[in-house]
Amino acid sequence: MGSLESENAEMKENTDGAKTSNEPNSEEAGEKIQTVNLSAWFATKQALKNINLSVKANAVTAIIGPSGCGKSTLVRCLNRMHELVPGSSYSGKVLLDRQDIYSKEVDPVLIRRRVGMVFQKPNPFPTMSIYDNVAAGLRLTGLKKGKKLDDVVRHSLEQATLWDEVRDDLKKPGTSISGGQQQRLCIARAIALQPEVILMDEPCSALDPAATAKIEQLIVTLKENYTVVVVTHNMQQAARVSDFTAFLYVGELIEYGSTWGIFENPKNELTEKYITGRFG
Amino acid sequence: MTSYAYRKFKNRLFLALSLGCVIIAAVPLLSILIEVILKGAPELSIKLLTQPWGVIGSSDAGGLGPSIQGTLILIGLTSLICMPLGVISGIFLAEHGNNKFATAYASWMRIFNNALTGVPSIVVGITVFAVVVLTLGHYSPIAGAVALSFIAIPIVARTTEESLKLVPNSVREASLALGVRNWRTTVSVVLPDARKGVVTGALLATARIAGETAPLLMTILGSQYFFQGFSQPMDALPLRIYRDAFLPYSNFQAQAWGAALILILIVLGLNIGLRVASSGKLGK
Repeated sequence: MGSLESENAEMKENTDGAKTSNEPNSEEAGEKIQTVNLSAWFATKQALKNINLSVKANAVTAIIGPSGCGKSTLVRCLNRMHELVPGSSYSGKVLLDRQDIYSKEVDPVLIRRRVGMVFQKPNPFPTMSIYDNVAAGLRLTGLKKGKKLDDVVRHSLEQATLWDEVRDDLKKPGTSISGGQQQRLCIARAIALQPEVILMDEPCSALDPAATAKIEQLIVTLKENYTVVVVTHNMQQAARVSDFTAFLYVGELIEYGSTWGIFENPKNELTEKYITGRFG
Repeated sequence: MTSYAYRKFKNRLFLALSLGCVIIAAVPLLSILIEVILKGAPELSIKLLTQPWGVIGSSDAGGLGPSIQGTLILIGLTSLICMPLGVISGIFLAEHGNNKFATAYASWMRIFNNALTGVPSIVVGITVFAVVVLTLGHYSPIAGAVALSFIAIPIVARTTEESLKLVPNSVREASLALGVRNWRTTVSVVLPDARKGVVTGALLATARIAGETAPLLMTILGSQYFFQGFSQPMDALPLRIYRDAFLPYSNFQAQAWGAALILILIVLGLNIGLRVASSGKLGK
């Protein structure tokens, strides 16, 4: 703990300057998440440097950038999954509805119930059936039990556009369906808890084009009810699904704005080089 | 010889060598098993399974009833002590090493655990004699179960730890990202996934303790009567084999072979039973 605190203090000093110039206007309406001078480390390696990003509610925000630029670390900071990595540390703030999720009185477990997550590789619980996978969040958190779950499971699978494909196989193992279906099952599992935000960490990178297309359609429909943050390697995907795009490079937020603006009229030279495929 | 033929030859040679080693390793095991079956099987009878021991030197050697009963009681009592302790220690070692104090504590526990595996079982017997038998003032099944738990806990803890570590981290993260608490993730998500390994550990431990003799000499003593209560000496199959084998009467020696076969059958039965019971619908 000692090392973490001293690192935090150190960071505070050299981020004070950036704070005034970069801090987003918090009065702007419709912001779900804001990061304020967010930095993150794995042991001594800094993965994120003073990220100031505001994520709009009921919109899809894409995070793009070359491998190792901190995209995954950034989303994992938004639901406090980053701190589960041994030796990791952070500084700065993440505001969810204006409340700092890293303040001492906040329980990370409760934050994770409000900010759901879908991982790169589909990871349904291997010992559970399709039904139990969707019900797992509510069951294991003790929020709902027994018959009440039936409606939630069905509704979540419908929202994840998986219901019609698995309605007769709810008792089968969650790992028995195809990769694309498993990923939609994981989305249904996240939706079942009725989170406010859904984070997706390269949700299509392990899937074939047909399955990818389905997930992309799903992402677009999800924004009606949820705030979606999607990390992607694939710039076309970012252009297709997102309303806003953030470009990260070596742990720094290079450019952030409407997806249209980023792709049609990038202001930063690096962004332009990346989206035109000249590196990354 | 062309290099292709040479590589093929080397491959065959290695295969032959490994096969040879397997055979050499299996010969003593199989010969013990066959010998026990050949000499033990003719002894099996309802009388052997149910009757108490005969009078030493008489033509009637009696049966193994009290010994079988005692062994089953010991396995049950020991499991009650060592399963919770062993599995929960294994969970701690595998899942909760993420702060400095816990990591240091866990690595010390691991060393002690390994050392405990190497302690001769007669030493365990003497220790429990001094600590439990002398304190309570009598030989008892409780003391026997405590001694056997000393032997079983490190095995259960070790195999539980190893099998929990094999569960991919993505499974843990999936659960934690749903806002499920740590302990619930371990109990409801990680442990079921590691079920097979944990059951294997339990079986290894059971097989090991079912055949232990030395610690029982100092703790349950042995008896010719059926279970007399938790404060009285009790019999067990390994003890009966030990005593029968040293008697100069052939009918008692033959009974020892029968006892050995029954002990093997009990361990085998538990093995199959537990495997069937633990392979749920979703088990592979």
